[in-house]
Amino acid sequence: MIVETGHYALVLALALALAQFAIPFIGARLNDAALMRVARPAAITQFLFVALSYGALTYAHVVSDFSLVNVIENSHSLKPFIYKISGVWGNHEGSMLLWVLVLSLCGALIAVFSNAMPDRLRADALAVQGLLGAAFLLFILQTSNPFARVAPAPWEGRDLNPILQDPGLAIHPPLLYLGYVGFSIVFSFAAAALIGGRIDAGWARVIRPWTLFAWIALTLGIAMGSYWAYYTLGWGGFWFWDPVENASLMPWIAGTALVHSAAVMEKREALKVWTIFLAILAFSLSLLGTFLVRSGVLTSVHAFASDPDRGVFILAILVFFIGGALALFALRAGALPVGGLFSPISREGALVLNNLLLSACCATVVVGTLYPLALEAITGEKISVGAPFFNTVLIPIALPLALLMPIGQMLSWKRGDLAAALQRLRVAFVVGVVAAAAFGAWYGTPFLSIVTAGIAIYLVVGALSDLVLRARTSSGRPSLKRLVGLPLSAFGTSFAHAGMGLTLLGLAATGWGVESIVAMKPSSFYEVGPYQIGIESVSPRQGPNYSEVFAVMAVRRDGATLATIEPAKRFYQVRRMSRSEAGIVTIGLGQVYAAIGESHEDGTIDARLYWKPLVTLIWIGALIMAIGGALSLADRRLRIGVARRAAAPALEPAE
Amino acid sequence: MGVLVAFLLFPLAAHAVTPGEMLDDPALEARARAIATELRCLVCQNQSIDDSDASLAKDLRVLVREKLKEGMSDAQVRDFIHARYGDFVLLRPPMKPGTLLLWSAPAIALLAGAAAVWMAARRRSGLAAAPTKALTAEERARLDGLGVARFDDSQSRD
Repeated sequence: MIVETGHYALVLALALALAQFAIPFIGARLNDAALMRVARPAAITQFLFVALSYGALTYAHVVSDFSLVNVIENSHSLKPFIYKISGVWGNHEGSMLLWVLVLSLCGALIAVFSNAMPDRLRADALAVQGLLGAAFLLFILQTSNPFARVAPAPWEGRDLNPILQDPGLAIHPPLLYLGYVGFSIVFSFAAAALIGGRIDAGWARVIRPWTLFAWIALTLGIAMGSYWAYYTLGWGGFWFWDPVENASLMPWIAGTALVHSAAVMEKREALKVWTIFLAILAFSLSLLGTFLVRSGVLTSVHAFASDPDRGVFILAILVFFIGGALALFALRAGALPVGGLFSPISREGALVLNNLLLSACCATVVVGTLYPLALEAITGEKISVGAPFFNTVLIPIALPLALLMPIGQMLSWKRGDLAAALQRLRVAFVVGVVAAAAFGAWYGTPFLSIVTAGIAIYLVVGALSDLVLRARTSSGRPSLKRLVGLPLSAFGTSFAHAGMGLTLLGLAATGWGVESIVAMKPSSFYEVGPYQIGIESVSPRQGPNYSEVFAVMAVRRDGATLATIEPAKRFYQVRRMSRSEAGIVTIGLGQVYAAIGESHEDGTIDARLYWKPLVTLIWIGALIMAIGGALSLADRRLRIGVARRAAAPALEPAE
Repeated sequence: MGVLVAFLLFPLAAHAVTPGEMLDDPALEARARAIATELRCLVCQNQSIDDSDASLAKDLRVLVREKLKEGMSDAQVRDFIHARYGDFVLLRPPMKPGTLLLWSAPAIALLAGAAAVWMAARRRSGLAAAPTKALTAEERARLDGLGVARFDDSQSRD
């Protein structure tokens, strides 16, 4: 009964989504306030019904209701509780339901936090959000029903893919969806602005918090996923340039560009057309990613779905929304007035350059991801576009971008002084060069790592010195009082940039990693970088739904044991699949990482041992970037709901 | 996208390169590893033979090492594998007519973007110049006749 209620709630949500689209949209055209007012309650109720439906599916998973196909295929009565909950989205149907849940949540958020904006803008934005919801709800009901029953119900389920039975899975997809579906809010506002024909700094003020919100979630989601890959895959890789990863990277890059261009639009009324375009682009890339992952077009083991019906359906949704938005853009964008003027050497100019480089990165990732598919479709030739390609073409764009980041921060709006900006960065330059030399002396080659590490340090110091310089009093001394008085968004920018610098340092340091692949004998120690690793014991152990062989390894330095780690190899009986569980210990900012493989009759066991210096900075940096985003989001002047009050003193000095 | 990345690996549990297949000469082994990271495991998705545990990947790894031991250069080994398995095996796609657009994509994106920025800047400065164009005496006289107050151009922006 609960399951049927969930299914029915989904149908009602579809009806509500259609109402959320049609009634306010007509209301906005007729200028009828009563019709426009329907948008908010409709959006909130739509969310409640989708949530009810989602709750019903979760319930079925938790109580192991094996009359549901979805539960049979992805659950098992012995599966730990947390994976019964996270297993709901560990499959195509449930994952799409989570997608729609987040989409309707976004609609509800607009409805709740949109007091300070014109009624028509709100009505149109919620109408677009409703139409998006309707399209995806229809997709689920038509092609991916998670509530399909089977009779007679089997006694036991087939369990969840072992690789997905990990705490990482419990956090990663919801965050990722919050990020890339979060861009739907910005998309809806862009479409609404184009429909209404009014785009100004006030609009930029409305979308900036939402852009930041989606960007923060996506940053954390990607970082989370990459750390998870790092510790589950057994050899410490954290990014593979797989099309499915690229699917999340593309909207992230576009979103990063959008955060910056929206700032220009808000402060200076410039870059309007471009900002609108990016707002459309960010979510379009999210849709493209959904299509790539969900349609099976990649013919990869990734795509859990390989049903062509689904692919065609999502493709239709994709063409309709992206095509529609771009057509609207083409019709209306030309008529937008040109905004504030600025000289090429200015904060605006630097942000334009930032957007240019980010767009080039984004275009490269899009082309690299789609090219093999297109080439095969057109000529039948099969090629592979992998990590070597992306690294080769993106590093020459990304490093100059990193060099420019602090310079942009130092330039003033409208007309900047490049010489003065560089002068203010001299400390950062010097520290960067010294750091590069020190890293070179300490770790040695590769040369690229040394250069990248130098740039990374320069980036961190440059980002923070902006704060210090702005906290200076007239006497030229930085004062704590002034520092505390700086707007939160200034801290936000500096933190986000410094976080990027730390991530870059972590990436640079991968070049200095040490690897040792050995058949380990008991009671002998093996050198890995500055550490020695030895096996103390190898024994079997029984988990709730798996059995494993685990090794206890001691990590030593100069004879003193620093830590013990327990890499394991797990075997999941139901799916007859195994996976490795790395043994990791963090020492300073680096990690010792060990994974075990086959054991041999002579008592040795194959093992991969790594010393990865500074590796944690990759994810710490991402966390700091997200904190930077959150600080900007918390800035009173940008907070949702204060737009109207803040709009009045429009003459507040642009910083 | 770790969830999905994880799927990539699902048939594999043990490791890719095993101690047994490694070469004794560390320099040769390092070259083999470098070559292996650029070759695709043909039965996997987007995974190099260095990372993959598939048996085909292992065969290729052994083949690379044999050829290196025979004294082939890195390029010769790559060409040998390329000739046998086609473009699909190279994770760094070869330069050829079919991949020209792929390799030039970053440059095209940068140039097109730069051109767009330049054109927008020109349009901007063109529009900015327009209002500063002085009115002709005739226009001024007509405006004065209509009672339109003279306004200072500087107030028009910011």
